[in-house]
Amino acid sequence: MGKIIINKERCKGCMLCITFCPKGFISADKKLNKKGVKPVKFEENPECLGCSMCAIVCPDCCIEVYK
Amino acid sequence: MKKIFSHPKSLRNISTHYCSGCGHGIAHRLIAEVVDELGIRERVIGICPVGCAVVAYDYWDFDCSEAAHGRGLAVATAIKRVRPENIVFTYQGDGDLAAIGTNETIHAANRGENLTVIFINNAVYGMTGGQMAPTTLLGQKTATTPEGRTSLMQGWPLKISEMLAMLPGVKYVERASLDSPGGIIKSKKAIKQAFENQINKVGFSLVELLSACPTYWNMPANQSLEWIKNSMIKEFPLGKIK
Amino acid sequence: MKKILMTGNEAIAEGAIQAGCGFYSGYPITPQNELIGYFAKHMPEKGRIFIQAESELAAINMVFGASAAGARAMTSSSSPGISLKQEGISYIAAAELPAVIVNVMRAGPGLGNIWPAQSDYFQATRSGGHGDYHCIVLAPASVQESYDIMFLAFDLADKYRNPVMILSDGILGQMMEPLVVSGELLVASRKNKRPINQLTTHQLTKPWALTGCKGRKPNIAKSFYLKEGDLEKFNLRLQGKYKNIQDKETRYEGLFLEDAKIIVVAYGTMARIAKSVVNKLREQGKKIGLIRPVTLWPFPKKIFQRLAVSDKLLVFLVIEMSYGQMLEDVQLAVNGKAPVEFLGRSGGGVPTEEEIIKKLQAISFKL
Repeated sequence: MGKIIINKERCKGCMLCITFCPKGFISADKKLNKKGVKPVKFEENPECLGCSMCAIVCPDCCIEVYK
Repeated sequence: MKKIFSHPKSLRNISTHYCSGCGHGIAHRLIAEVVDELGIRERVIGICPVGCAVVAYDYWDFDCSEAAHGRGLAVATAIKRVRPENIVFTYQGDGDLAAIGTNETIHAANRGENLTVIFINNAVYGMTGGQMAPTTLLGQKTATTPEGRTSLMQGWPLKISEMLAMLPGVKYVERASLDSPGGIIKSKKAIKQAFENQINKVGFSLVELLSACPTYWNMPANQSLEWIKNSMIKEFPLGKIK
Repeated sequence: MKKILMTGNEAIAEGAIQAGCGFYSGYPITPQNELIGYFAKHMPEKGRIFIQAESELAAINMVFGASAAGARAMTSSSSPGISLKQEGISYIAAAELPAVIVNVMRAGPGLGNIWPAQSDYFQATRSGGHGDYHCIVLAPASVQESYDIMFLAFDLADKYRNPVMILSDGILGQMMEPLVVSGELLVASRKNKRPINQLTTHQLTKPWALTGCKGRKPNIAKSFYLKEGDLEKFNLRLQGKYKNIQDKETRYEGLFLEDAKIIVVAYGTMARIAKSVVNKLREQGKKIGLIRPVTLWPFPKKIFQRLAVSDKLLVFLVIEMSYGQMLEDVQLAVNGKAPVEFLGRSGGGVPTEEEIIKKLQAISFKL
């Protein structure tokens, strides 16, 4: 079981984490952040593998992974 | 739960100026991770280019120098010769390393300077607005090749890594790609090798990273990674060149 | 102390090595090749770094790197090569790095020829490269001074964290004269039984140098100020530094200034010929004097301002191996308060004693 914490203010909304999450637990948030972009959000789920794919592809180092 | 992935120490915990989906952020992080893992933060000196990564020194938390456009390896040569105990690397884009700085690149390589070079190839000039780079693909549309690059008018994409690999002073050249988690992991391994080579006094080591520029490729981030995979890698094959 | 026979170019190189130059990088060009040759031979044997660069651009940017790393660093070239270095010099000035650049001037424009000239005066004393900056510009006039001035050059470069340019020329660089060498540093190195490592001693006084960030916040060598207002603030600070240099570091040699009616103004090689004329005419009882600026930037304005308003002086004669470059600085200093005459040749020609005397006679008739 894993989980991630997203730094939403730093997120630039490239959504690469969404593309690479094998479980589809990451999605676009509806609320804009201070940058004026829609950041991503994570829905906690015991099936999160903590595989870190999202963090590895994040160009802005916005994601912390726990396992 | 244990934290298994977070910000490397050598990367400042601030937002960068890079566009959404830009590969520079990944490359910066990988270098910082390698610097932390090798425990060389207090010995490392980075040479930042002119181009999009001009203020990389604002993001890395270690000693850095600016270099005039293309002159990174001249600056690095001198710093390494003056301070051989330090670990000196350049971070250069395709325009910096393979167009305006080709001379400095080739001669530092040919002298076999014990340096580490991280070469970011995104096939375009980002900072100035998407003009043709030496590595722009045939047919690729840029601000200065509005109809697409043609070999007749602009020549072919320059394979500088292969060129450098021919030189006896060059000890390690690898091309990797920031197009997927797997590619990023391989990229980091190559970067680590290039730094370890310097620590072990092996000699000139270069890692070319194929990196996305969604803004000037005019495509969303995920599509730009597909473009690396489907177009760039065909022209710039991955793997250890030397 | 020992006396040896040397060319001006070799004297510059020897002076630099004695002054603790730890890093030299250069590219061959006539008429300064003795200089790079001397460094190639003597830097490695003293534990210093010599690199023959692939271009003038690489050479000056290596100096940028070496200086950023804390070494006393220099390069040398001649006019066309110095043009190539200008971008790098601008970066060095902007990153506030100490560096010494030697220009053994030859005739231009373009490839010109390899004969001596002084036609890079504007390039040296204004900015040369882009942006609002200054090099401190020193002009030796003998082999001995070529040697001595290197100590001053490195000291000024370190003191003000600013590039210093030496303006020599093809005659001064190539001619041989006896030279007294201090030899102090070499003696010290023998005592220590190892080559002097100036890099470590200078590092102590250069807390800004790139050494790896052990025990301190990271240092950055840079010249880029993107945030609104930052560059203007930085430029104002630079201007303050330049004002300070102008106030403190102006140097010139004056000869017979107390009662001169005509004052000849010349620097470098040209000053040697002018001095010879002045001495000869003095022997004949003519009230003639000489000002030889040693710092071309900052230009020794004050002596001109003082003399221009004194009632005894009648006229200045500026003599150059160029077409009216230093002339403008003299005119600016005199500011219309006294007549300024000019004699110059360039392209390989050097004003002769006869030509100078003829010009002086023409001025005397006018007076």
